[in-house]
Amino acid sequence: MLTRNHKPAAPPAEADPELEFDAAAARSSPWRLVWRKFRKHKLAVAGAVVVLLAYVVVVFAEFLAPTSTSTSDSTLTYAPPQMVKVDLSWSDGLQMYVNGYRTERDPETFEQIHTLDPDLRVPLRFLPRGDSYEMWGIIPWDRHLFGAAHAKDKVFLLGSDRQGRDLLSLIIQGSRVSLSIGLIGVAVSFLLGLLFGGVSGYYGGAPDTLIQRVIEFLMAIPTLPLWLSLSAAVPADWGPMMRYFAITTILSVLGWTGLARVVRGRFLSLREEDFVTAARLDGCGRIRIIFRHMVPSMSSHVIASLTMAVPAMILGETAMSFLGLGLQSPAVSWGVLLQEAQNVRTLETAPWLLIPGVAVFVTVLAMNFVGDGLRDSADPYKQ
Amino acid sequence: MTAPPSEVTATAAATATGTAPLLRTHGLTKHFPIRRGLLGRAVGRVRAVDGVDLTVPAGRTVALVGESGCGKSTLGRCLMRFFEPTSGEISYRRTDGTVIDLAKLDERALKPYRSEIRLVFQDPFASLNPRMTLLQIIGEPLRVNLGLGAAETEERVAELLRRVGLRPEYLRRYPNAFSGGQRQRVGIARALALAPRMVVADEAVSALDVSVRAQILNLLKDLQDESDLTYLFISHDLGVVEYMADEIAVMYVGKVVETGATDELYGQPLHPYTEALLSAVPEPDPGARRRERVVLRGEVADASNVPQGCPFHPRCFYARDRCRTEVPALREIAAGRTSACHFAGELELKGCRA
Repeated sequence: MLTRNHKPAAPPAEADPELEFDAAAARSSPWRLVWRKFRKHKLAVAGAVVVLLAYVVVVFAEFLAPTSTSTSDSTLTYAPPQMVKVDLSWSDGLQMYVNGYRTERDPETFEQIHTLDPDLRVPLRFLPRGDSYEMWGIIPWDRHLFGAAHAKDKVFLLGSDRQGRDLLSLIIQGSRVSLSIGLIGVAVSFLLGLLFGGVSGYYGGAPDTLIQRVIEFLMAIPTLPLWLSLSAAVPADWGPMMRYFAITTILSVLGWTGLARVVRGRFLSLREEDFVTAARLDGCGRIRIIFRHMVPSMSSHVIASLTMAVPAMILGETAMSFLGLGLQSPAVSWGVLLQEAQNVRTLETAPWLLIPGVAVFVTVLAMNFVGDGLRDSADPYKQ
Repeated sequence: MTAPPSEVTATAAATATGTAPLLRTHGLTKHFPIRRGLLGRAVGRVRAVDGVDLTVPAGRTVALVGESGCGKSTLGRCLMRFFEPTSGEISYRRTDGTVIDLAKLDERALKPYRSEIRLVFQDPFASLNPRMTLLQIIGEPLRVNLGLGAAETEERVAELLRRVGLRPEYLRRYPNAFSGGQRQRVGIARALALAPRMVVADEAVSALDVSVRAQILNLLKDLQDESDLTYLFISHDLGVVEYMADEIAVMYVGKVVETGATDELYGQPLHPYTEALLSAVPEPDPGARRRERVVLRGEVADASNVPQGCPFHPRCFYARDRCRTEVPALREIAAGRTSACHFAGELELKGCRA
């Protein structure tokens, strides 16, 4: 399937072996050709940049988040987002600040209402001292990228939640769980999919039939009830870490089916390729044929499918946590944060609680663009 | 299904060419089961190759011709044991003169002969792994079979490229940088890598541009002269076959229906099917008197449901009652000529030579 269909009707007449080629293209390895084609896909490149940034955030989450996830202020719950302003007139030069909050009590509901007071100024700076943390669990530090100049000041650039925690910090810290669960889940489903899809496609016959029927069975089960029952099986006393792995397992046990189908399909079509026949006639053994001829020819397709599978995993985690089936507070993930946005009344008074949804949306969209671009460039020999 | 005594074709070949056969099949048969239903039970079979006796004299070119789906390629691949023959013998004369039956060898015992009989593929695009350089593609049989090191492989591949008319500097280029004809040269270099005695060229020039075709054919001829190669040239293009082949075997629905030396067969076909094929050969001279085209009725017979009697009778203009009931055997009509037609020699069939 790789090249057979893309054969030009009449190959260009060759007469002179001295014929000049684009020497660079002639020597380009397949991966270079993939990269060249991918680069032309503007949307995919933009998506790749966004995805890359997202994972930079994941790696440096503690440093990038203005506060830790446990820092809260019960006097400032549901505080609205503050806009960063720059004052050029201050005597000591350029100064960034946000307006402080003025707290009033609603005379009817006795709820505290925080409004921004234009007269109050909370100064901001880069690399302020703040909550201390251990970078990647080893390097102790207390500097953050950006935040209130004085540690005692509270700054909520994206507003605060029910417990008076900084939503921006929560989103940044939550990216770690949300974005890694996709990668780990896909890695696990990749192994399962490669194994079962490979066996199915290479051997065919009875193993193929069995595996395909199992896949059909798994695909036919409605996702939500299955999640429900599986997460009900997770013991309630498990810590957030254990729960995280349980959720990952649940997601990947269901996620490998699609990938197994892709791998099987590629194996089936590659098995009939002339160049695989040629390899057999050249005396190559089974292992050499699989790993030297078949796997390289489908790796780019598999990578494209993997990229498409990551957002599905992220959405899965978000959905499960949103429904209360996945991770739970105090663990922080985008789904857990969105759980707070379930209440219509809360949304009315604090619509900024939906911002984690924007984070999910942007990342998933970016990943889908990347997957699209990879899929289109997966076969560099297609005309 | 009467198989004639194998001596018929053997002697024919020996007298016609004066050389001993390198390879000879006797009653070679390949049936593919048709599986249906949940349990995959065989409900029928496709008689892709049905009791073929074929003789390939050493150092000569034997062409296998016939319409698409007549079993030419299957026969070629059976000879290489890419397909397991259902029954029959493949007698192969080894370098020391002894004859062995390739059809009975197991995979391990077959290995040395795999490098003595090599295949050139039809499609120069699908048959080269696009992810490997020429060095890797042509060097693979060398490395796998001879266990050569990197330096020696490179040296041998460069030499092979030179032999097939490509520049050795192209070693590290990928197939996508080459045209169809150049790719086919690469495929030929791969086939020659292990210094084979016999090359099965399965429609080796059919996918190529007409202008390139002649170059590849000449290359094959030159290589034959250089290395004393034996060719089994599988083709449906009778113009090409006339140029290449010393002898021809015409196949129809899994069976050989006529054999003979090229000149004789083109001048005087002995089977109505051959006549029809020959009438379709284009006449290169526009001033020449137009030959009468024999346009066959219907399609080539279904190999899973072969007509009773002569398989060709539903399409044959000369068919009589006997053809509908009795299967004609391949029999010797004249010296070096066999035909599977009841009325071979009686019919006045036209060739494509004046």
